[in-house]
Amino acid sequence: MIRRSMHGRKSLDLVVKGFSSLAALVGITFLAWILYEVLKRGITAIDWNFFTKLPVPPGIEGGGVANAIIGTFSMILVAVAIGVPLGLLAGIYLSEFGRNSRFGELVRFATNVMMGIPSIIIGLFVYTLMVLRMGNFSGWAGAVSLAIIMLPVMGRTTEDMLSLVPNSLRESALALGAPRWKVTLDIVFRGAKSGLITGSLLAIARVSGETAPLLFTALNSPYWAKSFNGPIPNLTVTIFNYAMSPYADWQRIAWGASLLIMVMVLLMTVVARTLFKEASR
Amino acid sequence: MNVKSTVAVKQWDGIFKGVTVCSAGLVFVVMVGILLQLIDSSSLSIQKFGFHFLMSDAWNPVSENFGAASSIFGTLVSTFIAMIIAVPLSVVIALFLVELTPPSVSKPVGGAIELLAAIPSIIYGMWGLFVFAPFMADYVQPFLGNILGFLPLFSGPPMGIGMLTAGMILALMILPFITAVMRDVFQMVPSVVKESAYGMGSTTWEVMSKVTMKYGIKGLLGASFLGLGRAIGETMAVTFVIGNDHSISASLFSPSNSIASTLANEFTEASEPLYLSALVELGLVLFVVTLIIQIVAQVWVKRLQKQMGAGL
Repeated sequence: MIRRSMHGRKSLDLVVKGFSSLAALVGITFLAWILYEVLKRGITAIDWNFFTKLPVPPGIEGGGVANAIIGTFSMILVAVAIGVPLGLLAGIYLSEFGRNSRFGELVRFATNVMMGIPSIIIGLFVYTLMVLRMGNFSGWAGAVSLAIIMLPVMGRTTEDMLSLVPNSLRESALALGAPRWKVTLDIVFRGAKSGLITGSLLAIARVSGETAPLLFTALNSPYWAKSFNGPIPNLTVTIFNYAMSPYADWQRIAWGASLLIMVMVLLMTVVARTLFKEASR
Repeated sequence: MNVKSTVAVKQWDGIFKGVTVCSAGLVFVVMVGILLQLIDSSSLSIQKFGFHFLMSDAWNPVSENFGAASSIFGTLVSTFIAMIIAVPLSVVIALFLVELTPPSVSKPVGGAIELLAAIPSIIYGMWGLFVFAPFMADYVQPFLGNILGFLPLFSGPPMGIGMLTAGMILALMILPFITAVMRDVFQMVPSVVKESAYGMGSTTWEVMSKVTMKYGIKGLLGASFLGLGRAIGETMAVTFVIGNDHSISASLFSPSNSIASTLANEFTEASEPLYLSALVELGLVLFVVTLIIQIVAQVWVKRLQKQMGAGL
């Protein structure tokens, strides 16, 4: 073995410590940089008009994205109505029925794989499945793509959260003669309540900022949405279109919309996490 | 309880289980459905171009000649840049969080790094296009050009947008995912082993490199695969900054494209059936690649879990 001086070893140690602290600092710096820029540039676009007016052509003062805000919220709402119950049910299967079955393994595997599939592929899939068949872009197609993205996230977290509920609880309820569905929905769900809320919030946060799957499904529109069967205006695609435009007014609105989306998503994420930490303590 | 209601209870339980089985099966059905649907919708392009589609760098909507080579090239190179930046950085950050700092520091710092994962892709895109790309054009690219300009990699005008900027933003986006996995892996190293190394007089770095990393190396592979899967299909952030040009260039400064960015940019413009079909085939290529990466990663992580006997 090579003998090395204590001094050399100690200084190498110091260098490495410095380097790894620096790396962590780099990560935080970029986070702060992004948050700061979005806040600084976004805040100038946010006013009463932003929330209440329709988009206007470049050069005209006082436009807003009221239609896109409503569109985004309604699509998320529909996606939640589809994705959350299905995800919960899939999670129930994985945790309560399919722990060791082969089908359970298969589904668990598919869930993990689906969580890593790029969201643009989901958009492409829903485009070929719904938009091509129905002949037009629609809010339904947008909501379905968001729901497909939520489904595996929801299923996976539900399984994890339900698995944390001790088996003795299930056994005592079953021993009292309660049917399985009642045990799951009344007893196990109650035990995992905060975890399930956390999971749902995280899943909603995840899809709130999604753009790629909406590009070819909900598309976008500068008008009030008349029906869910047509293109639905939404914030994220508006950001994309406006940012790529050469007009300063539109780019400013894009920053405002970015700020709105970012605050929404980060708020949900932080609330979900603190909720879970509180509960697990 | 009378007999009749017991039967009813049994029935309801059966229905309940049936519903959960269907929902669970849906996940699998969707996964297979995506594959079949994409193959079906790209059949026109598959028949016309065959395997040549993957090799050709032509992309001409007017003459309807399409090839995936430039998009695949762009996807691979931007992902590669992201990986060589993000993997070492994540490992070092994970070591910092697990080995070097007390919980009072590692909790907020770890939380901040995790928050990077919560920021939507489109925000990275906005920041990348309007803040980071000009920063690259003004400072980083001229600097790299000055000292490494003799390499074709770093030649050309510093425009800000392009492969390098896209790769760096991707690195930032996958950093929290790799860090999170590595952190869990490092935390699973038994403290007895570390303590014995310290007891022998090792410095912190020696414990990290010779003990913690030995345990962590397999986890690192799994974590890298997960990061790779994310980076390869990332769409909006890349679309904003990569420049969207269908050419293969040696320079990392030049505008380029990736599969995902091509889809995001051109899909709604594609009116011809063959154009649309070629775009769907690009999506199919991306889907199959991520599918393979995910499967390898899953299998690897599972094996690891069995070996180390704890949840990752």
